Amino acid sequence: MSEHLLEVDDLYVEFRTRDGVAKAINGVSYTLDAGETLAVLGESGSGKSVTAQTIMGILDMPPGFITGGEIRYKGSDLLQLPEKERQKIRGAEIAMIFQDSLSALNPVFTVGDQIAEMFQVHRGMSKKEGMKRAVDLMEQVRIPAAKERVKDYPHQFSGGMRQRIMIAMAISLDPAVLIADEPTTALDVTVQAQIMELLQDLQRERNMGMILITHDLGVVAGVADKIAVMYAGRIVEDADVLTLYGEPAHPYTEGLLASMPRVDTKGEELYAIKGLPPSLLALPPGCNFNPRCPYKQEICLREVPPRQEVAPGHGSACHFWEEVYRARTDSAS
Amino acid sequence: MPEPILRVENVVKHYPLTRGIIFKKEIGQVRAVDGVSFDLMPGETLGIVGESGCGKSTLARLVMKLEDPTSGQIWFEGEDMAHLGPKAMRAKRRDIQIVLQDPYTSLNPRMTVGDIVGEPFDIHPSVLPKGDRKRAVQDLLEVVGLNPEHINRYPHQFSGGQRQRIGIARGLALKPKIIVCDEPVSALDVSVQAQVINLFESLQNEFNLTYIFIAHDLSVVRHISDRVGVMYLGKIVEVGDEASIYEHPSHPYTQALLSAVPVPDPVGRDERKRIVLQGDVPSPANPPSGCRFRTRCWKVQDICAEQEPPLVQIGTAGGQYAACHFPQERDILDNDVPTAALDLSEMPQE
Repeated sequence: MSEHLLEVDDLYVEFRTRDGVAKAINGVSYTLDAGETLAVLGESGSGKSVTAQTIMGILDMPPGFITGGEIRYKGSDLLQLPEKERQKIRGAEIAMIFQDSLSALNPVFTVGDQIAEMFQVHRGMSKKEGMKRAVDLMEQVRIPAAKERVKDYPHQFSGGMRQRIMIAMAISLDPAVLIADEPTTALDVTVQAQIMELLQDLQRERNMGMILITHDLGVVAGVADKIAVMYAGRIVEDADVLTLYGEPAHPYTEGLLASMPRVDTKGEELYAIKGLPPSLLALPPGCNFNPRCPYKQEICLREVPPRQEVAPGHGSACHFWEEVYRARTDSAS
Repeated sequence: MPEPILRVENVVKHYPLTRGIIFKKEIGQVRAVDGVSFDLMPGETLGIVGESGCGKSTLARLVMKLEDPTSGQIWFEGEDMAHLGPKAMRAKRRDIQIVLQDPYTSLNPRMTVGDIVGEPFDIHPSVLPKGDRKRAVQDLLEVVGLNPEHINRYPHQFSGGQRQRIGIARGLALKPKIIVCDEPVSALDVSVQAQVINLFESLQNEFNLTYIFIAHDLSVVRHISDRVGVMYLGKIVEVGDEASIYEHPSHPYTQALLSAVPVPDPVGRDERKRIVLQGDVPSPANPPSGCRFRTRCWKVQDICAEQEPPLVQIGTAGGQYAACHFPQERDILDNDVPTAALDLSEMPQE
């Protein structure tokens, strides 16, 4: 087996809250190679961000507890490393971009200070040297008049420009893995297009592995190489991007794709997945998706479906994946 | 030709920018809405799209008469709303209701669902005979797909999608003629969004409602709207029926906006040509002279800085209007077809 750049292996995370134990991640596995874009697709509460936070080592513990699994980066298990070692990796080797750039940046320091800090802390550079690098980086993320703007504060930038600053910070130390957690959710579509283009260019130039966390099926279709669909803390389907959109083999994926408004469904009722996502405090027994699933049978209430191979590189965690898959492929032919 | 139920004529809303606390001095104006006109026919859905700051929510507030326009008129069923007395206005307010974006902050956490949905009846007691309130509220909950037994629950006991349904029930309570929907599905999860969109459509059929549907998600707007208006910096730059706007937009901004929408289909993604606009939307406190889009437009010429383009009819079919000196229809192809076949000679290439 060839070694992957990053490998999440059977990860379990729970939050012990006053109301009970919220099982946020229940056996998540995925891999990422250099230069590859993995999209983690899911709704709020599906565990997509918690997985990312666990990889970064920024999960709030407590209330969060990692109850099982490994995260291997270049062969070593991050979860076993002492905090000192992890600090060397965090930011420098594995970097992250957050959704809300206004709260992710410190309002009382200039953006230049904040980018330069990366070099001061991790590379032991002087402030002056760091600021010089900051200007370079701001030019790389295509901020106009970078030299003048390096002394501005976060609130003086627009949302799109702030997101560029975040990207500049994230790529400053040439990370091998970039985790982008909903990087464009708060932005307008025209700005979103700019940011996604920038991220793709940077990724290609630097051959980074990128984990793109999002709920937007449109963004995913544009940039991902492969996709992991999460539901209630599990990966329910994984495949390369063309397969997942063309031949989904899980009822949840199928439902999500069908509920997108499209040109040819104008005037018709949209397909809607019935019901609501489950509470993580009280997950339904068996398959977590069973209360909302049109393919449900008795076995779904009892047994958690394991990942089953639909085709090489395409997995579905559904007892009846063959039915879903066939319904799709038959109607296409 | 039927009369429009709502006619908005050259409506302007400027907010003053002031400096100083005691001696307030006006130093400028934010031109949130700057001359918007449209007609709304009974039973139709007018979608309004645009980026944040383009004035679409201010327009909603003006239509609701939560704000008074700086100039211009809004006619509802043939009456100028500015000239209605307080009493007449109060009665009219029943007919125009709003559903807000954020179901978390738009419902009072201390009130039960029954009180929230029933509050419109307290304000307009004439709608309902005394004693029928509980029943009416339960009927409303049922209409929007909630369990009528949950009348005594509080908003926090519901999920986002359910709360949005509570907001819709409240909007429906007074049997309005027009509902202004201000980003009603953007806070919802994808799998729940479709349910709420379907609800809006079935309610429209059932109660013969007229919608102004404001959203930034262009595919949602396309699905639900009969006509669509595209706003940029306080102005409508293009308006027309849904098919013309989405299939052959003629204003450069509409074209750019549509091409920026991510297509949920990976097939042919590398061949798709996008118009990626440079820069950000200028400040509405200091909009560019002439055409407001000129600072980001690839067709810009001298005339664009000098003269503001009026909204004029495009094509011969009628119904499509654009405000551009150099309008040119551009075919936007369906999701399945890569746009490589287009003549993109004058578009900025990626």
